[in-house]
Amino acid sequence: MFEVMIFATLNGLVTGLLLFMLASGLTLIFSMMGVLNFAHASFYMLGAYFAYSISLYLGFWPALIVAPVLVGVLGGLIERYGLRRVHKSGHVAELIFTFGLAFLIEEAVQFFWGRATKDYRSPDILDFPLFTLFGQNFPAYKAFMIFISIAIFIALYFVLTRTRIGIIIQAAITHPHTVANLGHNVPLIFMAVFGVGTGLAGLAGVIAGPVLTTFPGMAMVLGSIVFVIVVIGGLGSLAGALVASLLIGLLQSYAIASDLGMPDLLNWLGVSFERDHPLNDIWRLTLPQIAPILPYLLLVLVLIFRPSGLFGKRES
Amino acid sequence: MLKVKDLNAWYGKSHILRGVHFEVGEGEIVSLLGRNGVGRSTTVKTIMGEVEPSGSILFKGQQIAGKKSYEIAKLGIGCVPENRDIFPSLTVRQNLLLGMKSSKGSARWSMEEMFRMFPNLGERADVPGGVLSGGEQQMLCMCRTLMGDPELIMIDEPTEGLAPKVVEQVGELLQEIASRGVAILLVEQKLTIALRISHRLYVMGHGQIVYEGTPDSLLQADDVRREWLEV
Repeated sequence: MFEVMIFATLNGLVTGLLLFMLASGLTLIFSMMGVLNFAHASFYMLGAYFAYSISLYLGFWPALIVAPVLVGVLGGLIERYGLRRVHKSGHVAELIFTFGLAFLIEEAVQFFWGRATKDYRSPDILDFPLFTLFGQNFPAYKAFMIFISIAIFIALYFVLTRTRIGIIIQAAITHPHTVANLGHNVPLIFMAVFGVGTGLAGLAGVIAGPVLTTFPGMAMVLGSIVFVIVVIGGLGSLAGALVASLLIGLLQSYAIASDLGMPDLLNWLGVSFERDHPLNDIWRLTLPQIAPILPYLLLVLVLIFRPSGLFGKRES
Repeated sequence: MLKVKDLNAWYGKSHILRGVHFEVGEGEIVSLLGRNGVGRSTTVKTIMGEVEPSGSILFKGQQIAGKKSYEIAKLGIGCVPENRDIFPSLTVRQNLLLGMKSSKGSARWSMEEMFRMFPNLGERADVPGGVLSGGEQQMLCMCRTLMGDPELIMIDEPTEGLAPKVVEQVGELLQEIASRGVAILLVEQKLTIALRISHRLYVMGHGQIVYEGTPDSLLQADDVRREWLEV
């Protein structure tokens, strides 16, 4: 049991930190523009596909740098020439725009790369078990994912709280007019934040692609979970996004690793049931079976008991 | 330095500014007075590019009507808004840092100098701006604008809600700012400090300039004060 918990914790950390890389960009963009970017996970997918194509010619390491930059530049251009124009028509138009963009990117990915899963692999240099514990291997690539995610979190935290540009971004989130009156180009700041946010999503795609497989549905798989995280953490809260990402990552990982289920609970309660009972399927549910829906259950509970999220200040 | 001619502005279909005209010279303190709702704050917002203007706004001979707020600020106009609008979660030091237009800082004002002028701010340099008193927030807001080294500073109701002693301090600071060659457009409802520190003043009514003169001439113009200023 102990070894299962250790590996579940490590895997939960990998998933949670990966989710944070996506959620941090999404929540920063929401804080600034007041609109949820439904296409955010699509930039994550683009990161994986760009990296796959680049790695075919230049290898994994150049792709790790170039792909997120390309995604970030694309994100910045979409903000500048798309979202900024739509912004004048209100939030509903913005939502529809990002919805459409998500579909557009998915179709474009299928058009250029096809529907089949791509053979995007982790680099050979990281293709070895970092350590073996209780007979189980922990891949070096997963440790690399943890390292990159933590490095990004520290860099983001440092830039936002310790540098002048970070202070300007923080102020522009809540008081854009005042910041503009102090001589700062707020639209440029917004474009840069959108670019960095989408670039981070792209980076998440680059490092997740080899592990979670690179296929046209990968944005859909992670996209809904990222929105759950942003709502649970509190719309617009970076600290909330980190806590909620780790919470969801660990929760799912523990649930998958666990062999507990309803029969154990019923036995513990001293309740027995007939095999031909109409609710037999529910009585037999196990935690690994319900692991995928746990984030959504948590979302419902948070919305009922704390609608502003764990760290959120807004009621929206 | 600032020449406003035939300035008009609208909120939707409401015609707020109707041909406003006034001038502010170098190092001059000019007050724009008037009751609530006559268009004083809208005048400031229009000059700062927050409200779309029609007419002419010349700053150092350059037309700034239609420019964006950050471009106008970069040209050398600073604005201290009516609601103070300090950043409550940022520290006093970070608030001041935000006022700087580049990391090189200001030629005329430094953070150390601000802290020397206002020891209260210096003592609370690492405290979030949101916990300061109303007077301290007003000082912080003015210092933040000065950090951008403006040549003209527009201050909207700086004495609103402040204790008489703090109002005096604000007046002294404005005179100190002007003595360093910064022109001031003081926007006020009350005559409290305007009469004492202004070189010239304008009175607004119904979105227009209805009187132009000096503090002495306004003191003698009982009918103007009664009709356009007194409540």
